[in-house]
Amino acid sequence: MARMKFLCDADRCIECNACVTACKNEHEVPWGINRRRVVTINDGRPGERSISMACMHCTDAPCAAVCPVSCFYTTADAVVLHDKDLCIGCGYCFYACPFGAPQYPRVGNFGGRGKMDKCTYCAGGPQQDNSLVEYTQYGSNRLAEGKLPLCAEMCSTKALLAGDGAMIATIYRERVAKRGYGSGAWGWRTAYREGVGA
Amino acid sequence: MSRASRFLVLVLALGLASPAGFFHAFPAAAQQGTPRGVVSAEEMEAATLRRGGVIDGRVSIPDPQATTLIQPEGKSWRNFHNQTLAWVGGVAVLGMLVILVAFYMTRGRIRIEAGPSNRTILRFNALERSNHWMVAGSFIVLALSGLNLTFGRHILLPVIGPETFTAVSLWGKIAHNYLAFPFTLGLVVMLLLWVKDNIPTKLDLEWIRQGGGLIGHGHPPSRRFNAGQKMVFWITILGGGLVAASGYVLIFPFVGTDIAQMQLAHIIHSLLSVLMIAAMMAHIYIGSMGMEGAFDAMSSGEVDLNWAKEHHSLWVEDELAKGQGSMPTSAKVAGAD
Repeated sequence: MARMKFLCDADRCIECNACVTACKNEHEVPWGINRRRVVTINDGRPGERSISMACMHCTDAPCAAVCPVSCFYTTADAVVLHDKDLCIGCGYCFYACPFGAPQYPRVGNFGGRGKMDKCTYCAGGPQQDNSLVEYTQYGSNRLAEGKLPLCAEMCSTKALLAGDGAMIATIYRERVAKRGYGSGAWGWRTAYREGVGA
Repeated sequence: MSRASRFLVLVLALGLASPAGFFHAFPAAAQQGTPRGVVSAEEMEAATLRRGGVIDGRVSIPDPQATTLIQPEGKSWRNFHNQTLAWVGGVAVLGMLVILVAFYMTRGRIRIEAGPSNRTILRFNALERSNHWMVAGSFIVLALSGLNLTFGRHILLPVIGPETFTAVSLWGKIAHNYLAFPFTLGLVVMLLLWVKDNIPTKLDLEWIRQGGGLIGHGHPPSRRFNAGQKMVFWITILGGGLVAASGYVLIFPFVGTDIAQMQLAHIIHSLLSVLMIAAMMAHIYIGSMGMEGAFDAMSSGEVDLNWAKEHHSLWVEDELAKGQGSMPTSAKVAGAD
């Protein structure tokens, strides 16, 4: 099986937010929830880069490690998913996540949080593949249809790559070799404990 | 030169000067602005991990949390939650349980040495008792639902299964959020009611020196509260106060706090809580099965006079003296009827 990863080539990202929009539209993500976002570092200064960030589907995922109800699981493609029927919305995954991926609908009193929502790598959830209940809870399951995440597919400059980690790393290394520069794979060291390779 | 022509010269001068001025003002930017080797994801991640802090930037969505790109602190919080807290909590709670069982095995139930006198004296009035039970009742639910968040997945989840465990934990979370309020209210009332009797005095040193009568069989003199009870009081007020304060930070996530402060609030909240739970286990033990006559103080409020004399000799003297000084209005001279 593949080891699915995201790689954002920040030297190509033009902060068009098409990935964000594609994600929200594909999965009918409600207001206030952003499974993917584009962060611009050094905005207006030398070294400005925009990076599209979502759940990185970490190796040894911190969210799963701290979840009080053990609602996370990792698929055969190394995609980190969770069961919303088990989630209690405690917010611990957000404290542990290096990438700010978990999102919570605001419900009820105080800071009452609903069940956590995050990027599913377009792989749905524990429900029956491509069923209505899966779509309602987690959005569409493109992986089950043999497709890759829509955010990367929509990317106008092909900055955002999704697919098998080794393959997208090769594509990125070829780009860097050809153009002579590259800021590297954002979050890889943190998520996968390895860089993109020389 | 006319006014108009002077103005024209000025405009021309500015127009000519400004493009040159613009480029001169940012020579560094023009050079560093080239993409080659300026930023490195790996270097920034490694540096942030070393120095602490986060990699953040600007986002176009109205969510300040989303500006953080990478926060490596999550890793230390994970280690705290899964290692430090689990160990401290486990050792504190189980350790106290072992100590109490060992104490019960060796010392047994502490009896009223002179035996019950069957005469009682009011120790806690209705307000004091109901406030105590409001704090105690909410504390027990808060403690159990809190422990469940750290230990439940290892202990309870395998036994009752994921669906039931989620239901229990969800109700626990709701109860935890709501009971925070009566708990805090009770702490305030408790402070007002009992602080005057809980100021440490020289007498407390003597009580501690004699092991409080827990170690050995002495009965060191004590006023309304002995040194052990004062310790419980201040653990409750100060520990409970800090737990409540950090809890309110957690209950309103990211209201005036960032992720590092939320993590810190959780660390303070959970560490103090497990230590308080251990302390309260000892309090519950000695207030119920550990000592004959002790539970009456918080149930009916009337304690046996011999119990009071043994454990709070100076307080009993004061109370009895007060009783002689003031006569109840309903009292009548014997034989007056």
